[in-house]
Amino acid sequence: MSECLLVGIDNSDCSRRAFNFACKRAKSAAARLVVVYVIEWSPYTFNTPEENEERHKRREEEITRANESVLDPVLKQLNDAGIDGSGIVRHGNVAEVLNGLAAESGADQIIVGRIGESGLKSLLFGSVATKLVQLSTVPVTVVP
Amino acid sequence: MKSKAIATLGLAFALSMPMLAFAQETDIDQKVSEIFGALFGPFVSFIFYSVPIAGVSFPLIVGWLIICAIVLTVKMGFIQFTGVKHSIELLRGVYSNPDDAGEVSHFQALATALSGTVGLGNIAGVAVAVSLGGPGATFWMIMAGLFGMVSKFTECTLGVKYRTEFPDGHVSGGPMYYLSKGLANQGKPVLGKVLAVLFAIMCIFGALGGGNMFQGNQAHQMFANTFGIFTETGWLFGLILAVIVGAVIIGGIKSIAKVTEKIVPLMAAIYVGTALIILFANFSEIPTAIGVVFQGAFAPEAVGGGIVGVLIQGLKRASFSNEAGVGSAAIAHSAVRTREPLTEGYVALLEPFIDTVVICTMTALVIVITGAYTNAEGLGGVALTASAFQSVFPWFGVVLSIAVLLFAFSTMISWSYYGLKCWTYLFGEGQVTELIYKFIFCVFVVIGCSMSLGPVIDFSDAAIFAMSIANVLGLYMLMGEVRRDLSDYQARLKSGEIKRYK
Repeated sequence: MSECLLVGIDNSDCSRRAFNFACKRAKSAAARLVVVYVIEWSPYTFNTPEENEERHKRREEEITRANESVLDPVLKQLNDAGIDGSGIVRHGNVAEVLNGLAAESGADQIIVGRIGESGLKSLLFGSVATKLVQLSTVPVTVVP
Repeated sequence: MKSKAIATLGLAFALSMPMLAFAQETDIDQKVSEIFGALFGPFVSFIFYSVPIAGVSFPLIVGWLIICAIVLTVKMGFIQFTGVKHSIELLRGVYSNPDDAGEVSHFQALATALSGTVGLGNIAGVAVAVSLGGPGATFWMIMAGLFGMVSKFTECTLGVKYRTEFPDGHVSGGPMYYLSKGLANQGKPVLGKVLAVLFAIMCIFGALGGGNMFQGNQAHQMFANTFGIFTETGWLFGLILAVIVGAVIIGGIKSIAKVTEKIVPLMAAIYVGTALIILFANFSEIPTAIGVVFQGAFAPEAVGGGIVGVLIQGLKRASFSNEAGVGSAAIAHSAVRTREPLTEGYVALLEPFIDTVVICTMTALVIVITGAYTNAEGLGGVALTASAFQSVFPWFGVVLSIAVLLFAFSTMISWSYYGLKCWTYLFGEGQVTELIYKFIFCVFVVIGCSMSLGPVIDFSDAAIFAMSIANVLGLYMLMGEVRRDLSDYQARLKSGEIKRYK
């Protein structure tokens, strides 16, 4: 079975660099590439009844938007480059979801950018990359 | 969209102005009271029809709720004790499929439903029970809370099972849906429809009364007493509150509601935390206090009606506080997207536990331990709770006022939603009909704060309890079905067909 790489992306420049790096690696190793877009979400927040009622609708919208604006163009790019790629959109804590999906899809390595979209938040609470390094069961490559 | 919303708000308050004008004139205030009293007096006395037991009047409606809770407890096999472990596992997401992440979680549904019930009942209601029934009322309150857990379990399971999903993906559920659809399944569509409509009408009145006017009124009193402002200008307080409520429910300014939803749990934590500090500071007196509570529960001294009197006070306040059997929580819980309606019931049974067994008991113990209930001034209600806390922490009055205001606000937002769901059940979904309801709701905020309408408040309490007439009947008729579903669920849980993910 060929090697499998998992790359987490968002809309940041840094994640684009991570993605390009992953592409290069996948190409040279003829590896499978799983592209993951995580929508930051926690099951432990406090909502109004109206927010709860609309939640299912919003979730569908969020997933459609992520697919259309982020994943679809990326997957097309992979297809054009002749890389065996697939995409996943999921809600949750970024580091936990990436780690969980790596196990699920049998990835040998996780690749992420050092700084994601929420620069200030990671400054305060530690970045996704740091948490992932502590959590992960497979090697993690952090792209600056 | 936004300008339209602001225009609507402006219109709402322009129209409510004449009401404010008469609100200030006491003779018209009295007139409204009289009219309300004459119109709804018979209704109020019907709902609160009381029989004298051992010299104390016992409202039959309280018995109606308690008996239902006991019957359901037996039917569901004491699930409030056997099912708690599973409830907590569900809350922790042990059984949540990661593919469903992003939907309303069990925790979120519970938190939303709790913010509708935790509030004045826990702070003021308990003080009323202890001042009228003595410390022993606490014991009976806890009992009512424990049995009420199964009422919530049953109604929230049914709420999810029979909710309606609309093509655009949003959901509506609650007693009006399970009464009409559930009874139609049993071949009683007309009865189901009648009960559903009866419930919906009472819920709208309950939302405007107990979920709105009563909340605003009490928040204003607490605020005026603590800070000495708005004492003579309740209408102004009401107007400000109505603008904020309107901004959320009409203007769709979600950020205000979001902020409140985040501060309310914090206030609840501060409240419970302070109570715990007081209890720990008086650690050596806790056994005595518990002794006083038990003695008061079974062998009360100097309380009107003896043991029955104490029992009634406890049961009454617990029912007021946790709303088990009333049907309101079923509306809030129906938003969860779960494959198993039973899981929502399991989570909902924690609600009366947190509301009544934990928070109400804290309040009661603080009142008993500080000895505040033996005060000479005859304090009652929220003032008694305040004096108990202030005897240890003098600054607590300010915190309590802010807490009361926030609790009142979040209860209003929750109940405005319950009322809206019933309104759209009766009149259909649509921007215009919904706007009419929301406008009426805002006007009632102002009325509630500016007047002290005894009969109106009586009426709003009566309406909330009237919801339980239709709802409890429905629970009796549908409990067999819930029991079958429960057995099936427990079997699948045991066989491992319902998967653990953590």
